[in-house]
Amino acid sequence: MGNSSSMLTQYDIEEVQGHCNHAFSQQEIVSLYQRFCQLDRSSGGFISADEFLSVPEFAVNPLAQRLLRTVDGLNFKEFVAFLSAFSPRATLQQKIEFIFKLYDSDGKGSVSYKDILDVLRDLTGHFISEEQREQVLKQVLEEAGYRKDSSLVFADFVKILGNPGLKMEVEVPVD
Amino acid sequence: MSDPGKLNTSSSELDLDRPNIEDYLPSGTSIHEPHGQLRLRDLLDISPTLTEAAGAIIDDSFTRCFKSNPPEPWNWNVYLFPLWCCGVVVRYGILFPVRVIVLAIGWIIFLSAYIPVHVLLKGHDKLRKKIERYLVELICSFFVASWTGVVKYHGPRPSMRPKQVFVSNHTSMIDFIVLEQMTPFAVIMQKHPGWVGLLQSTILDSLGCIWFNRSEAKDRETVAKKLRDHVQGSDNNPLLIFPEGTCVNNHYTVMFKKGAFELGCTVCPIAVKYNKIFVDAFWNSRKQSFTMHLLQLMTSWAVVCDVWYLEPQTLRPGETAIEFAERVRDIISVRAGLKMVPWDGYLKYSRPSPKHREQKQQSFAETILRRLEEQ
Repeated sequence: MGNSSSMLTQYDIEEVQGHCNHAFSQQEIVSLYQRFCQLDRSSGGFISADEFLSVPEFAVNPLAQRLLRTVDGLNFKEFVAFLSAFSPRATLQQKIEFIFKLYDSDGKGSVSYKDILDVLRDLTGHFISEEQREQVLKQVLEEAGYRKDSSLVFADFVKILGNPGLKMEVEVPVD
Repeated sequence: MSDPGKLNTSSSELDLDRPNIEDYLPSGTSIHEPHGQLRLRDLLDISPTLTEAAGAIIDDSFTRCFKSNPPEPWNWNVYLFPLWCCGVVVRYGILFPVRVIVLAIGWIIFLSAYIPVHVLLKGHDKLRKKIERYLVELICSFFVASWTGVVKYHGPRPSMRPKQVFVSNHTSMIDFIVLEQMTPFAVIMQKHPGWVGLLQSTILDSLGCIWFNRSEAKDRETVAKKLRDHVQGSDNNPLLIFPEGTCVNNHYTVMFKKGAFELGCTVCPIAVKYNKIFVDAFWNSRKQSFTMHLLQLMTSWAVVCDVWYLEPQTLRPGETAIEFAERVRDIISVRAGLKMVPWDGYLKYSRPSPKHREQKQQSFAETILRRLEEQ
């Protein structure tokens, strides 16, 4: 399956489906494979950062570089697992987990003030000064009952983002 | 990338069950719901941006423009397959050699007439140009015959008038041949290597064609000047420009470059639509060389296409060159049944400029600052 042939066997599809916890239907996985092969122009079995950035809609996204850290060089199975958070069948827990992992850049299981500031910087660029960013962040953290030096864990994210839920869904076009 | 609110996708008979392009375009509105006190949740909730990114990964309107869509295979059962095999034998064994011979004859006739005329009539420019134009039209007809081109021309034939340029959508280099068959256009093209480049520097040069090089940045000014000079000249062949700047798969149109629309001339739109019934005429330059593309055309049954010469347009008062370009693109897209996408064709070769990302950053930043002030 990891080679350049664009034929997926039923066994391959089921394996991928299992790996992503049935977030996608078999037809969607076939569509995703066609898309994967389309993006993987060098047929290396994975999509490189360069190939991702050749999609202009992705390249203009402020979080593109951050996402590339996770998605660069994934094979198809992992690619589908990565996208599974965006399936309508994904649970709220999975979506929050995706966001948490994006913030938690060192993978230690906690998100610090600096991590949130980094993401905020990606999102706002040079249109807000660093001081203003820090001021805003300190203000909302305090309002939510946290201190500047407190780290947020996954449970905190669930509490903050859990109500009233997240809208984070993409539809996979099926021919 | 202009404001998506300004463009309306043309209605099209094709692909009605494709996801609506508007859904995949980054929205121009700010990412977060404005108003109300700014809370931690508003900063942590990056789901809209992530959704856009994931949407782009899964399907994006730009890549769709360059996807080859070969005709549906129909040889999938017991009695159709042998029929198809006979077809292959006929196409490769009979049609292809005949076509190669036809093309060879065409070239012999052309060269044996062109070279003497070019050399001997050096002094009589007007006569020489007239004969050369006719000869180029002839060789183009031979080319079209060599793929059994079935071209239907609609609309009034272009008349030779000064101060007018022709623009067309672009699917393959054969667009030029198909159009040249009818009218001796001077075209502006990317300079190619190989035998195509040789043809460009010799024969096409005599038509008054203009060359550019995409990879050279300063090239644009020199080319713009050449364009202006050409349209001012009264004896020059009418100029044909493909404002998309690259080959697109004949289901979509990408944004037109404004160069053709700021020359102060009438712009005559031409729409070209290929029928995929026998072969897909889209030249996917990433996948095939032009030679392979021609061979593919020559081993198929026929190349069927429609060419519409549309009503000439002029710049309206108060209209910018870009708006004019988009208006003409809309006219062409509607006529040929193509969908419009808001991307620059050159993104095939380069990354989008950071200003698009900055636009999003700016809009988000402004929302935050505004809500801060409201508190």
